[in-house]
Amino acid sequence: MDKNFAARRRRDLIIAAVLAGLAALAPLVVKDVYVQNILILTLMYAALSQSWNILSGYCGQISLGHALYFGIGAYATELLFTKFGVLPWFGMLAGGVIAAVIAMGLGYPFFRLRGHYFVIATIVIAEIGLLLFQNWEWAGAAMGITIPVRGDSWLKFQFMRSKLPYFYFALALCSLAWFVTWWLEDSKWGFWWRAVKDNPEAAESLGVVVFNSKMGAAAVSAFLVAIGGAFYAQFLAYIDPESVMGFQFSLLMALPAVLGGIGTLWGPVLGAAILIPMTELTRSYIGGSGRGVDLIVYGALIVAISLALPQGLVSLFSRAKAKGATR
Amino acid sequence: MGLLYGLIAVGLALIFGLMDVVNFAHGEFLMIAMYVSFFLFTFFAIDPLLSAPLVAAALFVFGAVVYLLIVRFAMRAKANAGMVQIFSTFGLAIVMRGLAQFLFTPDYRSIPHSWAGGKTISVAGIFLPEPQLIGALVAIAAFAGLYVFIHRTDFGRALEATREDPGAVALVGIDKNRVFALGWGLGAALVGLAGAIMAVFFYIYPDVGASFALIAYVTVALGGFGSVFGAFAGGIVVGLVEATTALVLPPSLKSVGIYAVYLLVVFIRPRGLFGQM
Repeated sequence: MDKNFAARRRRDLIIAAVLAGLAALAPLVVKDVYVQNILILTLMYAALSQSWNILSGYCGQISLGHALYFGIGAYATELLFTKFGVLPWFGMLAGGVIAAVIAMGLGYPFFRLRGHYFVIATIVIAEIGLLLFQNWEWAGAAMGITIPVRGDSWLKFQFMRSKLPYFYFALALCSLAWFVTWWLEDSKWGFWWRAVKDNPEAAESLGVVVFNSKMGAAAVSAFLVAIGGAFYAQFLAYIDPESVMGFQFSLLMALPAVLGGIGTLWGPVLGAAILIPMTELTRSYIGGSGRGVDLIVYGALIVAISLALPQGLVSLFSRAKAKGATR
Repeated sequence: MGLLYGLIAVGLALIFGLMDVVNFAHGEFLMIAMYVSFFLFTFFAIDPLLSAPLVAAALFVFGAVVYLLIVRFAMRAKANAGMVQIFSTFGLAIVMRGLAQFLFTPDYRSIPHSWAGGKTISVAGIFLPEPQLIGALVAIAAFAGLYVFIHRTDFGRALEATREDPGAVALVGIDKNRVFALGWGLGAALVGLAGAIMAVFFYIYPDVGASFALIAYVTVALGGFGSVFGAFAGGIVVGLVEATTALVLPPSLKSVGIYAVYLLVVFIRPRGLFGQM
């Protein structure tokens, strides 16, 4: 068993490296800006979902308020940039740290809540954040912030001529989130999280360590999501509270993991790879009418997949493998 | 207003208390109810206050069908049960919103001249808008009716029993699915009632449910999941808090007060005001 686990982990790492390498070559083939855009979004959502999965999937603390951290990342970066001229790289880090601190501050009372109470508390706190930003004049209130153009360089993290640098950053972020998950899966925290998720009562007897591991999950998860938010803000060059902190972001982060497989290493990547292109394509091909057909298709798919494959698409692979093993 | 929140929330609480499922399409049920009420008014000139029972009946059927088509299967999931319920009902919500946009366009609609709309009544020197007042009375009546129904009728007892122990109930020959389908219907009917009344004084548009849904979840959680009485009490608290916050904070921040009170309550009592441990 142990040997299998180690072998599986090594194999996962090799597959991930090959996939990342192939993805890095993708722009050589894909020149179309529209398709590049979809690829960037896919990588970003894969990264976000992977980060969300750390707290909600592995640790079982289902959060539907991660948009808060996403928004904090975006706002910290842009407020520092537009008001104080701080380079987005530092703003990004600051946003990550602020988000992690807030996540831990919230974790302190929140982790006492169970089940639906926890889920609703996370939605509520994100909604409070949204309302506060919408009313915060200095931060642009509901109008948001338009990010001024200051050049085209990695130093300023702004690129006018081509989308490729954004693509590579998204790829790096996605790889980082994956690697962190991979690394934590086999750490002390990873084992405690599984204990918390599978059997909260028994885990309680482990007391403090479990609480600390939850706090760790919240901090890592929020940090990575905030980096994603900072990226998104630079990528769009415009932010407003609804578009970076709205409830839909909390969902969009959760959905790839749910479809792909919650609490699995590959679920978020697989889910994002299918869901995001599908969303973008349905939006541009049948959503143009503005009549909600894309929503109908999208919603119906969510219902169908969550009912038919409660363990996510990843379970298709493991099921096939399990069959092979028994033969 | 608080009583209406209570009425919306009671439907949600009933469904939750019954089978531990949170209906994330609850706001969309409300939206549908408002549209049904709107169309009954535009095409048949039936006043929303009179059509309320019709709307409730329509939603009853709708709720039962949703249970039989979706929720029944979601409850069978062995792995990730919580997530399956959240996302299957959430997917449903997205479909319903999309359908509403498709069929009714995203335009804002309102019911122009209803029997009670726009009038006020003076009670002991305080002016109250009539629709809200009628809404409050309907809510109280519905709540009383529900209470009697749950505690005094065979079906009500079957509901309670199925909640306690679905396995044992099957032995006595009660069909679990039928009871749950009726429970969903009943929960939806209560939202239907609320929707019909609210159609009088709110704009009707495809996303209208979303703004009320979160408040409904907060209301239920505030009262404590599993307690129908708690949901009603929670509604009253939410209404009062909203009115008080509106005096202190700008209108755009009025929900912040509700959310803050909710957080405060669950931090002190993680099971809500009337929730069982």
